[in-house]
Amino acid sequence: MSEFFAMGGYGFYVWGAYGVTALAIMVELIALRARRMNAEEAHAEAAHR
Amino acid sequence: MNFFRYSSPSTFYPLAGKLIPWFGWSALLFAIVGLWIGFGLAPTDFQQGEAYRIIFIHVATAWMSMFIYVVMAFWSALSLGFNTRLSGMMAQALAPTGALMTFIALWTGALWGRPTWGTYWAWDARMTSELILLFLYFGVIALRNAIDDDRRADRACGVLALVGVVNIPIIYFSVQWWNTLHQGSSVSMVAAPKMAAIMLAGMLVMAIAVWFYSIAAALMRVRCIILERERGAAWTGQLTEPGKI
Repeated sequence: MSEFFAMGGYGFYVWGAYGVTALAIMVELIALRARRMNAEEAHAEAAHR
Repeated sequence: MNFFRYSSPSTFYPLAGKLIPWFGWSALLFAIVGLWIGFGLAPTDFQQGEAYRIIFIHVATAWMSMFIYVVMAFWSALSLGFNTRLSGMMAQALAPTGALMTFIALWTGALWGRPTWGTYWAWDARMTSELILLFLYFGVIALRNAIDDDRRADRACGVLALVGVVNIPIIYFSVQWWNTLHQGSSVSMVAAPKMAAIMLAGMLVMAIAVWFYSIAAALMRVRCIILERERGAAWTGQLTEPGKI
């Protein structure tokens, strides 16, 4: 298992690439969720007026 | 089926909502299979060692970064030519995901280049033109944020996106036109692949995963944009409960 994470000495590069990719995708999804909630809130306020 | 039925925000909104889970879950499924091929089945490269496993995400996102730009330019052209509301919204929805793909392509490329070429970055033709692509996406997003009127922003961003599309063939052919650091294409439509079939399979499955993810993300964003921009419209008034929007 630790051999797998070591990636033959290239662990830093391989996991740095895949880790930041996963992080970037998560940031986009969280931002989309926040934008969605803002839009829904603004929409609900407009509907009740 | 009349596809023009879906060319207005009010009819496209529920359709997009139905499509998102299909594209989203397919993206996850293909990503799992792609990573399993890339890390489980594909053997160690005899020259690059394990570092080559970065290409599975690098190539997929680099393709997508260019493709999203072309699609964004296509919607921009429709928006400019026919002045349709939804096309401008689609162009607007694609830019952030395109920028994200470009960033990932540059980042993973740097982390692959260091162990393989000995440098994170070089002002090579392919890398420089891909960096310009990132700035074009940033430019389109910044221009959008700088203009309050949505339809005027559609037109301004549309012109910028269309002018910038000239960069796409430059990125694509850069490895043929200039003999700088970045190597030629690993996958060609016309020649036999230069890599093992299992590596090619991993790359293609990851490309499909990235495709589906980008479609799902763009659809999620276009739904937000429709809600934001059509706030005063009568049809959105029917969407009252937050859970049902």
